[in-house]
Amino acid sequence: MNKILLIIRREYLTRVKKRSFIVMTILGPLLMAATIIVPVYLATRTDEVKTVAVLDETGIFYQKFKDSDNIKFHYIVSDIATAKANFSKTDDHALLYIPKTEVTLPTNAILYSEKSVNIDVKSYIKNVMTKQIEDMKLQARLTELQTDKKEPVSVDDILRSIKTSVDINTMKIGAGGEESKSYTELNMVLGMFSGILIYFFIFMFGALVMRGVIEEKTSRIVEVIISSVRPFQLMMGKIIGVGMVGLTQFLLWVVLTFAIVTVVTSTMSSGNITHSATEQIMKQKENMPPAVSQAMTRDDSSGGGMNEVMEAINSVNFPVMIGSFIFFFLFGYLLYAALFAAIGGAVDSEADTQQFMFPITIPLILSIVMAQYIIRDPDGPVSFWFSIFPLTSPVIMMIRIPFGVPYGEVVLSMVLLLLGFLGTTWFAAKVYRTGILMYGKKVSYREIWKWIKYK
Amino acid sequence: MELFSAQAVSKQYATHKALDKVSITVSDSHIFGLLGPNGAGKTTLIRIINQIIAPDEGELFFMGRKLQPNDITRIGYLPEERGLYKKMTVGDQAMYLAQLKGLSHSEAHKRLKYWFGKFEIQAWWNKKVEELSKGMQQKIQFLITIIHEPKLLIFDEPFSGFDPINANMMKEEILALKEKGATIIFSTHNMASVEELCDDIALIDRSRVILSGSVRDIKKTFRTNTFGISYNTYEEALQAILPSEFQVLSESRDTDHRHALIKLPAEATPNDLIKAMLPSVTIYAVNEKIPDMNDIFIQAVTRQSSQPVTAE
Repeated sequence: MNKILLIIRREYLTRVKKRSFIVMTILGPLLMAATIIVPVYLATRTDEVKTVAVLDETGIFYQKFKDSDNIKFHYIVSDIATAKANFSKTDDHALLYIPKTEVTLPTNAILYSEKSVNIDVKSYIKNVMTKQIEDMKLQARLTELQTDKKEPVSVDDILRSIKTSVDINTMKIGAGGEESKSYTELNMVLGMFSGILIYFFIFMFGALVMRGVIEEKTSRIVEVIISSVRPFQLMMGKIIGVGMVGLTQFLLWVVLTFAIVTVVTSTMSSGNITHSATEQIMKQKENMPPAVSQAMTRDDSSGGGMNEVMEAINSVNFPVMIGSFIFFFLFGYLLYAALFAAIGGAVDSEADTQQFMFPITIPLILSIVMAQYIIRDPDGPVSFWFSIFPLTSPVIMMIRIPFGVPYGEVVLSMVLLLLGFLGTTWFAAKVYRTGILMYGKKVSYREIWKWIKYK
Repeated sequence: MELFSAQAVSKQYATHKALDKVSITVSDSHIFGLLGPNGAGKTTLIRIINQIIAPDEGELFFMGRKLQPNDITRIGYLPEERGLYKKMTVGDQAMYLAQLKGLSHSEAHKRLKYWFGKFEIQAWWNKKVEELSKGMQQKIQFLITIIHEPKLLIFDEPFSGFDPINANMMKEEILALKEKGATIIFSTHNMASVEELCDDIALIDRSRVILSGSVRDIKKTFRTNTFGISYNTYEEALQAILPSEFQVLSESRDTDHRHALIKLPAEATPNDLIKAMLPSVTIYAVNEKIPDMNDIFIQAVTRQSSQPVTAE
């Protein structure tokens, strides 16, 4: 056991000390921060004034949407069919349709637009609607309390009873008036993001494991080492060591990206639309009891484009998401890293890896190609099978999870991934053990099959 | 006294039998030569001794009991295919490999400092391996092999890639290790070094041991009753004065003497040869031509009858 720690330590330290690691650790967050900041920055910089037509069948939101520098609201009275038909003739950026409800307060709205709707616009509308409904609920509750004159009720209870979640569906409306659901849902972003993250992690660090094995083979040190440790210890030590390098890099990226984004957004925030919009809401909140406004701040915390992520986080089961991300992230890596190690052991140089890389990269690439389809139909049979099969489940399951997956399926997928990991490691250990001692031999699949049967 | 033995060890690869009931016995504080042509199974046997691969059949004994997994800390192995991490510094690397052999951090450091001092290579400690010449790297590999002071040392083709000066230094180190009580298994094609270093050998050919025993005994069994003789004052062909069953293999001359190589019949002694020659020539020297290991190797391997020969 002590020896495997020595191996892990060496694998970790030699890589972390490398210049390329340090460069990547700094460049990565800069790029990631840029991809977050630039779209937000551009979106907030547009001088164009966007107008939103409001078709409010309920009438409660009349005059509640305040015009700002970049968004103007005007209210129309019509039926939705005509409004949609006329929409393309107007210059309006979007058409907000709040359908009439009979008994309850409205919590749904549809936002029609030709282009995708600006995130700021959407989140502003959502905030205003939530706020208005919550105000109304609060009002109703307070009058109720006054008339009843019963025992005092805690603020928390009141808050819980008025808590409202407004859904705004965005629909694309074509020039001809036909519509299709536009996929800007936030859980999609989250699912795609974590799926792609796992994909990259597996590829980058799996390939690093493979290169490490090849290096040991070509430098001919491997036989010296395995006269001191078991080949399995060497292989697992390398996989774990490289995995820890990956985790280190990943954590540094998250921390640094977060730091950069926070610093940059706070310096460029003053006077932009997002804030003027949120400030309005903040001002309204000042009239409320402090506890109430505090509770609400949690929901619509500041930061322009970050709202999207925040909303997704609210709508997603956070502990399940993080827990399963860590699980699929780690075991997905371990499963594939074992296969990469086996390839490294079987070949003599990186040029020979092509034929063996193929069957391993296929399921990974397929996962990413399938992602679009999975998102459209996250509960369909195809999605189910891909998220159960261990070679595709790390990516596909992560894409599905933000949409809500039954626990049974998640557990099944995890168990299968665990079994898959044990299976590939067993297989890889056999191939690796024989392969690392074979020099200057062109290896075929048939040859590898024989190795597996050796004692 | 026996330090290590392998008994009826067999190893089968998919289509080819690498070892077929191979038995060897290595005595304590001896240098044991493991000989054989390429592909005979030497490396497979060595890997089995190092527990890198497992035998299909047979048993291995070390220090009077069955070979155990943690015996690898008492064995030092210098493989034929050997190398070092190119990007790592010499010191880090030596420390890493020494610790993998079970030395503690401080012990590894102490011993490495001693050996680096002895070989006068302290200046290499912080150099990357890729900056060193091949000979320098070999020295470090050798040093790492012996750093944990193993009871049994296994060298697979240790002299390949060495220049004569370094090869000589290695030989001296190997002999010094033997003096200190180490037992050495030594695999090579270089028969000259076998004769110089080895006490016992086993010759493996086509997966079997075809010859084993002490070098002296083996040489004896390969005696052919052939004598070299140096003489003078006789200019004719030598066969004319010898009985016909005495076979003249070669004749030559240099500035001082004439020389001949003569194979005697099995029952004849050198005295018979001298008697036959004395009347006609002046004899300066007679000596027996004992075959060298190279001849024995070639003879044993090319002999088609694969009956194992044992000289005990």
